[in-house]
Amino acid sequence: MNSRKVKGMKAKAQSTTNACPDDVEGKLEFAYYPGCSLSGTAVEYGISTKALCNRLGIKLEEIPEWICCGATPAHAIRTLFPLALGARNLALAAKLNKPLLTVCAACFNRLKWTAYELKHNREAREKISQLPGLLNGQTVEQLCELQIFHLLTVLRELYGVERLSEEVKYPLKGLKVACYYGCLLVRPPKVMQFDDPENPCIMDELILAVGAEVIDWAFKTECCGASLALSRSDLVAERVHRILSDAKSRGANIICVACPLCHVNLDVYQIDANTKFGYEHDMPIAYFTQLIAIALGIPPQELGLEKHMINPMKVLKNVLAQK
Amino acid sequence: MPRIGVFVCHCGVNIAGTVDVERVRDEFAKYPGVVYSVDYRYMCSDPGQNIIKDAIKEHRLTGVVVAACSPSMHEVTFRSACASAGLNPYLCEMANIREHCSWVHQDREAATKKAIELVRMAVEKVKRNEELFPIHIDVTKRALVIGGGIAGIQAALDIADAGYEVVLVEREPSIGGHMAQLSETFPTLDCSQCILTPKMVQVRQHPKIKLLTYSVVEEVNGYVGNFVVTIRKKARSVREELCTGCGICMQRCPARRDGIPSEFERGLTTRPAIYIPFPQAVPNVPVIDRKHCRYFLTGRCRVCEQVCPAKAIDYEQQDELITENVGAIIVATGYELISPSIYGEYGGGRFKDVIDGLQFERLLSASGPTGGKVIRPSDGKEAKVVAFIACVGSRDRAKGIPYCSKICCMYIAKHALLFKHRVHDGETYVFYMDIRAGGKGYDEFVRRAIEEEGACYIRGRVSRIYESNGKLIVCGMDTLSGKLVEVEADLVVLATAMRPADGFEELARKLRLPYDEYGFFSEAHPKLRPVETNTAGVFLAGACQAPKDIPESVAQASAAAAKVMSLFGMPTIEREPTIAEVNEMTCTGCFDCERVCPYNAIERKEIKDRRGNIIKVVASVNPGLCEGCGACAGTCRNKSITLKGFSDEQVFAQLVSASV
Repeated sequence: MNSRKVKGMKAKAQSTTNACPDDVEGKLEFAYYPGCSLSGTAVEYGISTKALCNRLGIKLEEIPEWICCGATPAHAIRTLFPLALGARNLALAAKLNKPLLTVCAACFNRLKWTAYELKHNREAREKISQLPGLLNGQTVEQLCELQIFHLLTVLRELYGVERLSEEVKYPLKGLKVACYYGCLLVRPPKVMQFDDPENPCIMDELILAVGAEVIDWAFKTECCGASLALSRSDLVAERVHRILSDAKSRGANIICVACPLCHVNLDVYQIDANTKFGYEHDMPIAYFTQLIAIALGIPPQELGLEKHMINPMKVLKNVLAQK
Repeated sequence: MPRIGVFVCHCGVNIAGTVDVERVRDEFAKYPGVVYSVDYRYMCSDPGQNIIKDAIKEHRLTGVVVAACSPSMHEVTFRSACASAGLNPYLCEMANIREHCSWVHQDREAATKKAIELVRMAVEKVKRNEELFPIHIDVTKRALVIGGGIAGIQAALDIADAGYEVVLVEREPSIGGHMAQLSETFPTLDCSQCILTPKMVQVRQHPKIKLLTYSVVEEVNGYVGNFVVTIRKKARSVREELCTGCGICMQRCPARRDGIPSEFERGLTTRPAIYIPFPQAVPNVPVIDRKHCRYFLTGRCRVCEQVCPAKAIDYEQQDELITENVGAIIVATGYELISPSIYGEYGGGRFKDVIDGLQFERLLSASGPTGGKVIRPSDGKEAKVVAFIACVGSRDRAKGIPYCSKICCMYIAKHALLFKHRVHDGETYVFYMDIRAGGKGYDEFVRRAIEEEGACYIRGRVSRIYESNGKLIVCGMDTLSGKLVEVEADLVVLATAMRPADGFEELARKLRLPYDEYGFFSEAHPKLRPVETNTAGVFLAGACQAPKDIPESVAQASAAAAKVMSLFGMPTIEREPTIAEVNEMTCTGCFDCERVCPYNAIERKEIKDRRGNIIKVVASVNPGLCEGCGACAGTCRNKSITLKGFSDEQVFAQLVSASV
């Protein structure tokens, strides 16, 4: 397989509709929304994000007193509560007068959903406007104007793929990467407006740009079982097994993710699947921020790779041998 | 002095049950201007009509009011009766005391009072009615058929066989439409080309049919009976009268290696730049595709000119504009299928082995790119397991296509059947939602595919298709057993939705034809007038009106032809005289009427003095187009337009008498 081409990536990945306005280009400054998991189970995602942005000159100002986005539980049991959580965070971000940036796919999904509801649902707008003090002096209209970015979009469209590849010090030789997008980044398509919901390519393009071989595979957005890991770990084990097997059968030696939940199920529950259900997987799962950072020359010790259950070092050692 | 006759109908108990009809009759026996007032049980019956006719003669009536049902029921009946008794039919009015009175009220006293009011209004109107005479329009007894598929071909043949000239315009290089691309047709499994080409040849040879292929309708002017149509005959770059159809040019054209996708083969193979779309094409004359021809692109080549034994190549040939005068137009522009990439999860457009129904027809066809072998477009290997997916796009509100495309259930069964005929050890899986097989022999045909050919029908949708190890994994659901299903297929055929053929908006604009939200042309009435449109003289046939199969298209084509022939059958067309009329003295030429007229019936007329100088330009109503809606009359600022039969005087008299 040609390492410079990804089979199936015929057309360019769809541009995300958050097109770069003039005041952001050249001035990559964002109101940073880390989300809870970046200080918990996905602490290495947060560390590597900061390291990468620092290296690229992308300035992150953490939103003061940000609160939980609600993730899955909030919208599963309530209707106004998740809206209020999202609106509060958007209001706090809007106060900083910078577009919002996040890396957690769940936070991204919830914030975008909140913005979508406020824009299109009159009842939601009215209910939120009636909550005094929630919006911290901002109006709902100001919230709707706030741009919400995922780091993937910022890298591909605002920073630029070409520019990124120019910064590469250690091309990711020997890495055959299967990019896994999960569900929250692309679904529901009407709300997320993020790449092609059936065959997204944004992560593939970035990983390709830093010198890795990118595998085209069938399960980019396949369900991993999500929170069933807690109640039906057998189902999650089977799902994870399918995903990992497909990637392996197509020649991948590492999977790249952009979401803490994807990481947990594919990495932590990989062990679970092996021990409890007899599978024999040995596929390292890395965050795209970690892979790109390594390619740019940031030492792996500074990227939290030791936090992963499956050690990615055995695959990365060829890259690092270039030093 | 008016001498009005009032005829009150009981309509059995429909009216008399609620309205005191005798009281109504008595009320008008002594009404000023009324000289005769009578009631009868069924005024529309023969004896009833005779009462009217006799009264007209005996009492020398100058006007007739029939208090009965709705004019849409019997106005024609009573007006004909008056005419046969020697009274101008437009001196007869109806008062609707049934739908507007007895059928909607229960209070006898109030209903009777209302009925009296309604009759009074009618009487006051009739006193001011004037004699009107039908308008006669000349008819050019030639027809234009737009579209040379099976519907257009059938319509053209029917009209031509009746002795009238037909101009048949087709934008592709050959007639035949999509039917020419089919392998066999359901439910008889006739070879499609075998039943179609005789008709195509008939068209070619018919002395009354003027066939214009590779031609488009450029402009349409005029009105029913008198259309003036400009047709652009695009330059083929080949002289039709010299070409013998030998095909040497096609074989030697160097652009055949340039990868030009063949439209007829639906992209499954390529074609040269000079090409005849298929061997049985009518006319059997090639066309140079100037967008891909090396000579037209780079100035170098001219191989076809060198090898042509008949010296028929003409690179200098220009488009020709042809003007045709016709009396009626049939639109038979057909359909297209939506893109198979409509569901990203099915991989249409991404995976080479996910194709649509017409592409599968080309694979099945003996004269197709694979000689009738069902092989995978990706690697050329024979397909053993084929999955068919119904309702791809159709019946999906989320995709903006809520309608059913009607033909897919049948052609899927046909495909499964034909595939098994070729590949005896093949496997077919059909993912369906419902089976729609309502035609003659249709359900039996589907059962045959299931019972005799072992097609495996799975009731459920497919959630996604992906490639794995060179196969297509089709993930679906069997809702009848409640289980998830995965089929490892070599080839997947998507039954994509039918939509109107490209260019419908432009054609609709030229013909002033309305179309629905999907682009299908609108019929005048979906139940009772399916081949007429609201534009007089323009008719519809085939899939351009709605998804349908070949037998229905043929039936509609003959129906449209019959409508055209009834138009041509009379020496002139008679139109209702209740149309608008402009008072040229008072008209100021503001043309607000032109702006509001939905039928484009207002023309501009120059008023000249004796020396030929233009004094003013006034509005003028085209009696061929005006439908008498009255929008102009309501709009005119200084009351220069009146509607004949509904003048201000008449209408105000009604209003005033109602408030008495």
